[in-house]
Parts: sequence; structure tokens; C-alpha cells
Amino acid sequence: MPVRYPDHSTNLADARWKLHTTRKQILIWLAWLLGISLFLLCWKQISDNTMWVFVEDAPRQGADLISRMLPPEWSYAHLLWKPLWDTITIATLGTLLGIAMAFPCAFLAARNTTPHGLIRSAALMVIVSSRSINSLIWAMLLVTILGPGILAGIIAIALRSIGFVGKLLYEAIEEIHPTPVEAIAATGASRMQVMSYGVLPQVMPAFAGISIYRWDINIRESTVLGLVGAGGIGLQLNAAINTLAWDKVSIIFILIFATVLVSEYISAKVRKAFI
Amino acid sequence: MNQQERLAAAEQGLWKPLPLIRDARYRWLLIIAAVVYLLLAVISIDVNWARVAEGLSRGMNFIAAFASPDFTSRGGDILDGLIESLTMTLTSTVIGILLAIPVGIGAARNIAPLPVYLFCRSIIAISRTFQEVIIAILFVVMFGFGPLAGMITLAFATIGFMAKLLAEDIEDIDARQVEAIRATGARWLQLMNYAVQPQVMPRLIGLSMYRLDINFRESAVIGIVGAGGIGATLNTSLSRYEYETAAAILLIIIGIVMATEYISSHVRKWVQ
Repeated sequence: MPVRYPDHSTNLADARWKLHTTRKQILIWLAWLLGISLFLLCWKQISDNTMWVFVEDAPRQGADLISRMLPPEWSYAHLLWKPLWDTITIATLGTLLGIAMAFPCAFLAARNTTPHGLIRSAALMVIVSSRSINSLIWAMLLVTILGPGILAGIIAIALRSIGFVGKLLYEAIEEIHPTPVEAIAATGASRMQVMSYGVLPQVMPAFAGISIYRWDINIRESTVLGLVGAGGIGLQLNAAINTLAWDKVSIIFILIFATVLVSEYISAKVRKAFI
Repeated sequence: MNQQERLAAAEQGLWKPLPLIRDARYRWLLIIAAVVYLLLAVISIDVNWARVAEGLSRGMNFIAAFASPDFTSRGGDILDGLIESLTMTLTSTVIGILLAIPVGIGAARNIAPLPVYLFCRSIIAISRTFQEVIIAILFVVMFGFGPLAGMITLAFATIGFMAKLLAEDIEDIDARQVEAIRATGARWLQLMNYAVQPQVMPRLIGLSMYRLDINFRESAVIGIVGAGGIGATLNTSLSRYEYETAAAILLIIIGIVMATEYISSHVRKWVQ
């Protein structure tokens, strides 16, 4: 019987190299067809809900917006230092509060340190719900409960940070080396002593890195919390947009841009020092 | 304390764990600075405790609403918002990734010339610094209210995210394979297709799934500033104090995020 090559030719000279078998090729083709149809369906849905007259107008609107933003009203900047300080306060205190809550949560959620499977699922549930809901939504809820102000912002940032720090920390805990833990346990250490001398030193660098990274993200997020009334520079941004004072908006943007760059620089430096 | 002193102390039972920062002066300076900053920060919070006390009962109402979420009385609005959010998520992720690939290739130092590199890096920096919500405000002004502004916002944010990670990935690839393909006399496009693309593809797919997940979460937020999606529905229900509806929307968001996370972890396992 002659040898048959994947493309059904019987002669080696006629056989052509192909990346996939025919079956796989059809499957890939079908996947592409499905994906593209889904995309077009979604696009149609969006297109139906869009006023295309406004879109045709977009370049003119954009040019108009830029002309209104320039030049920035520099004299407004001195009124922004207090809101900027508030923004940084929200991010920092929120991160600290979030870390304080995420820390025990992560230990309860890690497979190797959790006291019980049921507690583990409860801790995972807390982490997932916190991660799913954006800090702006948390802020919206908290402003209706606590009233507008920095406190709502701090708690919103903290609630959102639990999920982020908790998830990355519990993954770090699950990846630790078991031998130091066993060695500490073999000396007759109690459960808490095993945690603090066997587990904690191993995850400390990761924990510090994750926390400072989250702080950096939180600076970025706290700049917009004011849009729903939760304090910080977002309040000024909201006021400037509502009064169509685009020259003030542009100065706020410049300030936010500078703050985020500085915080990103600090975070990168500190993370490099730890890891 | 040097190593010998530490060992001697340890033999007398005076062992202490190593401090996180080795230099003692630096350590104390940092601690004092942190304490001073925290005091200043805490002092600068002014809380209206009367308002908080008044709001606590409302807070309890809200938590109670999670026990009896109301999916039906605004069912139509929720469904519309949800469909809008999901379509926005999908289209923006696809468009964003398609645009992110050239930017990412341009931002990889090992294959792009310096001017292209700087240009692409600045696109990434601008897209990453500003929160989605801020970008959404500008696009709503330009394109009018509705899901199109939201889609463009999310696509823009996706470019920064994907291009940065893709560029880092391309910078980390094995240079020998590129060399080998180049030695066969391949053109630039063939080089990309046969030397670079196979090396970054698994991670690119993983990142795309992750970004899909992020875009859905963000699409729930940008509705607050008028860019369509479930966020608008949520905002309305909260300002009407319809906590049961708000709770239902939040539960739906959590459910969908959990589902996409589950699917994306499976897809990532499958491609790697």
C-alpha cells in the first residue's frame, strides 16, 4: 500500500507541507467565521444606537474643544493644591485600609494557610466581589450612604483594593516554598508562629510590591472619584466641565498627568528596591 | 549589625528577624516621614458625623436590598444596558487589539527604529495615564451620548494596555529565531509572521481575554458620564434610591465578571 501524506497525495514529491490538518483548518475557519459574525452583530447593535449626525460633526467638535482648552488658565492652578492633596490622601489612606483588610483575607483564601475549605470559599467570594466592582461604583454607593466627602472616597478605594491585593497576595502565598514552613513547624511552633516566621518572610517582598503597585493605580482612580462627589480633584473637574470652563479642565488634566507620572516613577523605584 | 554579631546574638537566644530595610538611619527616617504624613492626612479629613449617622440606616437598607434583589420591575432597562455593555465590550476589545498590534510592534526597541519607538511609546503613555472615565468625558463631548463614545473610549484604553504588554513581550523574544528566519532572506513582513508572531501569540491571546474582562468592568463605569451601558442604568437606579434594582445590577455584574474570569482562565490554559 502506498504511503499517504496528509494532503492525500501518494507521491512524496507532490506532497506539500501544511501547518494544520484539514480538520483543524476547517475548525479554525469556523471559529473565525463565528467570531467575525459576532463582532459584526455587536457593531450593528452599536451603530443602531448611534446618532451618526453627531459623529460626522466629531472632527469639528474636537477642534473646537482643543481651541477652548488652549491656553490653560494657569491662574486657576493655585486653587487646586488642596484638592490634589485630598486626592493623594484618598489614595494613600484607602490603600492602607484596603491592605489591612486584604491581608487576613489572603491568608484565609490561600489553599495552604486556610483553616477550612468553607472559610476559603467565603474569602474568595469577598475577593471576587471586591474585584468585580469598580471603585467609582463603590464611591457612588458610599456617597449615597455616607454623604459626599473624602471619607466615602477612602472607603471606596479601600473596598476595591481588597480584591486586587487579596488575589495577588493569596497567589503568592500558594507559591511559597514548603520547606521553611515545615522546618518552623518541626520546632514545635504554634500556628501563628509558623505564619509569622515561616510564611510571612517569604511573601513580604511580593506583598510590598503589590501594595505599592496598587497605591499607584489608586492615585489614578482617586482622580475621578470626585465626579460622583467623593472628594479630591475630580470635584473641581466636574465643576469645570459642568460650567464648560475647558481652559480650567485642561489645567486639571495637566496636573493629573504630572501626578500620575510621579506616582508611577515612585512605584517603579520602590518595587525595584524590593524585588 | 553584621553577620557575625547576628550569629552570636542568635546563639544567646536573642535572634531577631532581618529588618526589611537594612540601613537603620534610612529606616527610621522613612518611618518618621510616614507617621508625620499619616497624621497630616488624617487631620485633613473632615467628616460630617451627623450626616454619616443619618446615612447609616440607608446603608443598612442597601445591604438588606442584596437579600431581595429586584430583577423584574426595571427588567427592560437592565437588559438594554447589559446588551449595550456587552456589545461595547466585544467591539472595543477587537478594535483595540487590532490597533494595539502595530503600536506594540512599533514600541518594541529591538525591531523598531528610534523615531517610531518614541512615537508609539508616547501614544501608550497618554492612553495609560488617564482614567477611562476622563477619556470618556472627552469622547462623549465629541461623539455625543451613547455606546459609540463608550466603545471608542474602551478601544483607546485597550491600545495603551495591550501595546505596552505586547511591546515588552516582543522585547523579550528569543533573538536567535529572528536571526534564523532573517538568514533565509525573509522580508520584514515574513519576519514578523514567522519569527515574532509565533513567540508572542499565546501570551497575546491570554492578555486579550484578560482585557475583555477589564473592558466589561470598565463599561459598567463609563455609563456614569453618559457613554452608554449598564453604568447608566445603575446610576439612575441609585439616584432614585431604588436599592433593590441597584443590588440586582451589581449582582449581575459580579456574576458576569466571575463567568468571564472562569472562561478566560480556561482559554489561557488551553493556548499555553
